[in-house]
Amino acid sequence: MLTLLKYLRIRDWVVITFILGFVVLQVMLDLELPDYMGGIVTLIQEQSSVNEILIQGLKMLGIVAGSVTSTIIVTYLAARVACGFSKRVRRAFFNKVNSFSMEEMEKFSTASLITRTTNDITQVQQTLTMFLRMALSAPTMAIGAILKIVGKSGTLSWITALAIVLLLIVLITIFSFVSPKFKKMQKLTDKINGVTRENLTGIKVVRAYNAEKLQEEKFEDVNQNLTATDLFINRMFSIMFPSMQLIMNGLSLAIIWVGGYLISNGSLDLANLTIFTQYAMQVLISFLLLSMLFIIIPRGVVSGNRIYEVLKTQNKIINGTKTKPELKGALEFKNVSFKYPDSDDYVLKNISFSVNQGETVAFIGSTGSGKSTLINLVPRFYDVSEGEVIIDGTNVKEYDIKSLYEKLGYVPQKSFLFRGTVEENIKYGNENATDEEVINALKTAQALNFVEKLENGLNYEISQGGKNVSGGQRQRLCIARAIVRKPEIFIFDDSFSALDYKTDRALRKALKKETRKSTCLIVAQRIGTIMDADKIIVLDKGEMVGMGTHKELMQNCKIYQEIAYSQLSKEELL
Amino acid sequence: MKSNNQSPKFAGPNHRGNNRQKAKNFKKSIIQLLLHLKPYWILIGIALIFACAGTIFSILGPKILSKITTEIILGLSPNASINFVKITTIGIWLIILYCASALFSFTQNFIMAKVTAKTSKSLREEISKKINRLPLKYFDSQSYGDILSRVTNDVDTIGQTLSQSLSQMITSITTLIGIVVMMFTISWQLTLVALISVPLSMFLVMIFVKISQKYFIRQQNTLGEMNGHIEETYSAHNVIKVFNGENKAEQEFDKINNELYTNGYKSQFYSGLMMPMMNFVGNISYVVICIIGGSMALTDITFIASIVAFIQYIRQFNQPIQQVASIAGTLQTTAAASERVFEFLNEEEQPDESYKTKTIKNFKGKVEFKNVCFGYSPDKEIIHNFSETAFPGQKVAIVGPTGAGKTTMVNLLMRFYEITSGDILIDGVSIKDMNRNYVRSLFGMVLQDTWLFEGTIRENIAYGKQNATDEEIVEACKASNIDHFIKTQPNSYNMILDEEANLSQGQKQLITIARAMVENAPMLILDEATSSVDTRTEELIQEAMDKLIKGRTSFVIAHRLSTIKNADLILVMKDGNVIETGTHEELLAKKGFYADLYNSQFTKKHAEIDELN
Repeated sequence: MLTLLKYLRIRDWVVITFILGFVVLQVMLDLELPDYMGGIVTLIQEQSSVNEILIQGLKMLGIVAGSVTSTIIVTYLAARVACGFSKRVRRAFFNKVNSFSMEEMEKFSTASLITRTTNDITQVQQTLTMFLRMALSAPTMAIGAILKIVGKSGTLSWITALAIVLLLIVLITIFSFVSPKFKKMQKLTDKINGVTRENLTGIKVVRAYNAEKLQEEKFEDVNQNLTATDLFINRMFSIMFPSMQLIMNGLSLAIIWVGGYLISNGSLDLANLTIFTQYAMQVLISFLLLSMLFIIIPRGVVSGNRIYEVLKTQNKIINGTKTKPELKGALEFKNVSFKYPDSDDYVLKNISFSVNQGETVAFIGSTGSGKSTLINLVPRFYDVSEGEVIIDGTNVKEYDIKSLYEKLGYVPQKSFLFRGTVEENIKYGNENATDEEVINALKTAQALNFVEKLENGLNYEISQGGKNVSGGQRQRLCIARAIVRKPEIFIFDDSFSALDYKTDRALRKALKKETRKSTCLIVAQRIGTIMDADKIIVLDKGEMVGMGTHKELMQNCKIYQEIAYSQLSKEELL
Repeated sequence: MKSNNQSPKFAGPNHRGNNRQKAKNFKKSIIQLLLHLKPYWILIGIALIFACAGTIFSILGPKILSKITTEIILGLSPNASINFVKITTIGIWLIILYCASALFSFTQNFIMAKVTAKTSKSLREEISKKINRLPLKYFDSQSYGDILSRVTNDVDTIGQTLSQSLSQMITSITTLIGIVVMMFTISWQLTLVALISVPLSMFLVMIFVKISQKYFIRQQNTLGEMNGHIEETYSAHNVIKVFNGENKAEQEFDKINNELYTNGYKSQFYSGLMMPMMNFVGNISYVVICIIGGSMALTDITFIASIVAFIQYIRQFNQPIQQVASIAGTLQTTAAASERVFEFLNEEEQPDESYKTKTIKNFKGKVEFKNVCFGYSPDKEIIHNFSETAFPGQKVAIVGPTGAGKTTMVNLLMRFYEITSGDILIDGVSIKDMNRNYVRSLFGMVLQDTWLFEGTIRENIAYGKQNATDEEIVEACKASNIDHFIKTQPNSYNMILDEEANLSQGQKQLITIARAMVENAPMLILDEATSSVDTRTEELIQEAMDKLIKGRTSFVIAHRLSTIKNADLILVMKDGNVIETGTHEELLAKKGFYADLYNSQFTKKHAEIDELN
C-alpha cells in the first residue's frame, strides 16, 4: 500500500510540505482567536477605551483573513496533489493491465479490474485529500490547544484529559462493533442485488415452475439479514452522537463549575477561564477529527491494497528480443502440454504437429477438448507448460512480442468491435491500409454488401461492443480487420459460427484466394467449415486423436467420423 | 459509492452521476412516501417531538451556563464572594438538562432507526414480490439494471432520508429558531449583527454549490467516458494485444485521464471551499460580536458572561444553515427515488386468479387452439385466427426462420401473455378458466436460455419439485446424460453453481432437462439446442430430450430436420404468424413455404458437399 506513494513525484512532496506548512499556520492562527478574545475580556475588566477593543478586534480580523487564505491554499494544493496522484496511479494501472496475459486477466476478472481502475483509485484519492487536510491539522490543533491551556490550570487540564479519554472510549467501542458490520452490509447489498437479478433474468423459468414463492423466500432471507445489520449500525450511531454531545456539554459545565472554585481561591482569573473553555472544546474537536481519520484511512488502505495487488503482479509473459521481419509462416508445435497454474489436470497433452507456409490447419473436437486453448498458445495468451511453439524456426517466447504480433491476424471467438466508424475498425488491423485495401478486405470477408447498405457506409458509427450490428456482421468485420493486416499466420478461433452456410462458404472461398501465402489456423464446430483444410487435427480431452485430411480421417478416425455423421444427418434447417 | 459497485453488465440508467435526479412530480412522490409510512406516523411524531425537545434543551445549555459565569463575575467585584450554593443549583439543573437532551436525541435516533429499517425492508420486499406479480409484458420494455437500482439505490436513498434527513430537518430548524430566540434574549443588538451574516452565508453556499456542481457534473461525465474506454479496452484485451493496439488505447486513456484530472481537482477544490468559507463568515461575525459586545461590556461588566454565551450560539449558527441547504437537495433526490419506487409498485399487475380453482380431472393431454388471435401490442396483431389440435402424446414442432416468433406459442401456452381473442383448451378446459399457476404446472419447460440460479446443483434440479428425493434427482440426471459430469465435479451434487462455476452451455442445458424431468409435468415445451453447443454434446441433449418427450404431449421449437420429420404436427411460422400446419409429408405436398424451406436447404447442402470434394 505504502509503495503506491512512489507515484508522488518530488515536486509533489515539495507541495505537500507547503501544504503541511499552511495547515500548521492556519491552525495556529485559529488558536490565537480565543487568546484575543481573552484579551478583550481583560480590556473590559480594566475598563479600557472602545478604541483599544477595536484595535484588538481588527487584529482578530487579520487573523481570520490569514486563516481563510491558508485554508484556500491548502484546499487548492491538496486537490491538485491528490488528483495528480490518482491520475498517475490510474495511468500506471491501466498500462499494467494492458501488459497482462489472459491468465492474469482471468485471475482478476475484467469486472473487478474495471472497479479497481475507477472506484478504488477514487477512494484512494479521497483518502489522500482527507489525509492532507486533516492528518496534520487535527494533531496540530490538539497539541496547540493543549499547550495553550496546560499552563493555565492543572486541575482543569485533568478534567479535559478525562473528557478526551471518555470520548475515545465511546468512539473506539462503537467502531469496533460497527466496522465489521459495514463490510457485511456491502456483501449483503451485493447479495440482494444478486437474488433480484436472478429472479429477473429467469423470470420465465420462475413462473413456469411456479417457483415465485421460493424466490421470494430467498429474497426474504437476505432482506431479513440486511435489515438486521442495517438496524444494528443505525442503533450504534444513535448511541454515538448523543453521547458525544453529552461529553462535550459535560466538559464545558465542569470547567466553569470547577473554574468558579479556582477563581475564588485565586488560582485562576476570569479571562483564563473563558479562554480555557474554548480551547478545551478545540481539543475535544480535534480528537474527534483524528478518530474520523481512523475511519477513513482503513477504507483507503483496502482500496490501496486492491490496486497494489494488481500493480505488483509479475507479468507471466516475458518479452523476448528477436524480430523477424521476413514473412514465412511456418509453425510447429513440439510436445506441447498445457495446464492452468492451479490445476492438476492438463488441458493439452503432448501435442506435436507442424504446418508449412500457406497451409490451412483446422482443429475440431467437442467443447472442452482444448481447441481454443491450443490456438491461444500461438499469440502467447498463455505460455506452454511444457514443450515449444515455434514460428519460422524461433520459439515464440524469444520473439519481441510486438514483432510476433505483426505476423498474426487474429479473429477472436467473441467478435469484438470498437466504438468508432466501420473504417476505423477495419484500419485497426493496419493503420496504413489504403481505401482500396479496406474495400478489398471487406469484400473478401463478405462484408461489403451489408456495409454499403448501412447508413453512411464505411463511416457508419459502431456503438460500444458493436451492439448495433448483428452477430454475423460483427464476425465478418472482425475477419476483415484481420485480412487487411496481410499477416503471415491467420488465427480463426471459431470465427465462422454466426455465419449462415452460404456466407460461410463464400467467405472461405474468397479467403482461400486472398491467403494463398498465409498460413491459416482454424478452430471450428462445423465439419463443412473445415473439410477442405490441408490438415485437420482432431482433439479429444486435450489429446490429439487424429490428424490428416478429411478423407483420411473419415477412414481412420472414429471420433472424427462420429462428428461428421452427426452433422451430415442433422443438417440445419436454416 | 454503493451504486458503483454493481457489475458493469447491469449498469442501469441510474449508473452514472445519479445523485441529482429530479422528480417529475415532487409533491405527489413525497405524499406517496408519507402515505406508505402511515403505520409509523405516531412513532415518527413521537420521534420528531423528541428531536425538538432534545434540541431545545441543548440550546438552553449555553444560556444557563452563562448564569454560572455571571455568578462568578459578580463574586469577583469588591466586597463580594462567589455564591457557590447558587452555582451548584444551576449546575445540577444543567446536568439534568444535558442528560435529558442526550436521552431525547438517543430515543429519537433509536425510533427512527427502527422505522427506517422496517420501511426499507418492506419496500424491498414489495418490489421483490411485485416482480413476480407483473405481467411479463412489462419486462419487454424495462431494463434489469433499472429495476435493480430501485431495489438497492432508491430504497437506500429513502432509508437515509428517513434515518437522518427527516430528524435533521426538524433539529436544524428548531436549532435555528431556538438560537435566534436565545440570542435575542441575551442581546437584541448583537443578534441583529449576527443575523446579517445569514444571507451572506446563504449566498456563499449557493455560489459554491453552483460552481462545484458544474465541475462535479463534468467530472461524472468524464468518469463515464473513462468507464466506457476501460471497459472496452479490458474486454477487448486480446484483440488489442494481437493488433499491437496498446499505444493507441493508452493515448486515448491519457486524454480522458487528463480531462478527469482537471475536472476532478476543480470540483474538489470548489466543493472543499464551502466549509472554510462558511467558517470564515462565522469567524467574522464572531470577531464583530467580540468588538461590539466588548464595547458594550465596558459599561456593564456582567455582560462578559453574555458575550461568552453568545459566542457559543454564533458558533452553532452556521451548521443548521448548511444542513437546511443540503437537506433541500436531499429531499429532491428522495422524491425522485420514491417516485421511481412507487411508480414500479403501482404498475398494473396480473389479475388475481385465486378464485379460479378449476382443474383437469382425468388428464389426457389434448391441446386445442380455437380461433386464437394475439399481438404483443394491441394495434399489431400477429397471430390471426389460428386453430389446430394436438392430441394426447403428440409431438408438435414449431419451425420458422429466426425472429419468426416461435416463442410466441410458448408464451401463449404458458399464459406468459394473454391471447387477445379465441381460446386455448386443455382437455376441453379453457386455460383462462384455470389458475395460471395450475396451467404452468401442467408443462415442463426447457428453454434455450439456460437459466440456473445460484445454489447447489441439487437445488437447481429440484427447482420444480422441492420435495424430490435424491434417487429421483440422480435418476433424472442419469437419463439426461449429466450424472457422470456432476459426479466428477468437486462436491458432486452439492457443487454450488454461481458465476465462477465453469459450466458449458451444453452442460447447463442438460441440467435444465434434468430439472424438467424431476418436475415430471404431463406436457412439455422444449427449445432445442443451437449452434453454441458442439455436435457431440448436441447429441447427448437430443437423446435426453427424446427420453423426456416420450408419452407426453410436447411442443418443440425445432432447429433440426430429424425433429421435424417425425413430428405429428408441424406449425410453420413466419413474421409472427402461423402460416402453415400439417405433417411433414402434408406440408411437402402443399409445396408452400415449408416445402421451399426444406428443399432449398437440402439441395444447397448437397451441392456444397460435391463442390468441396
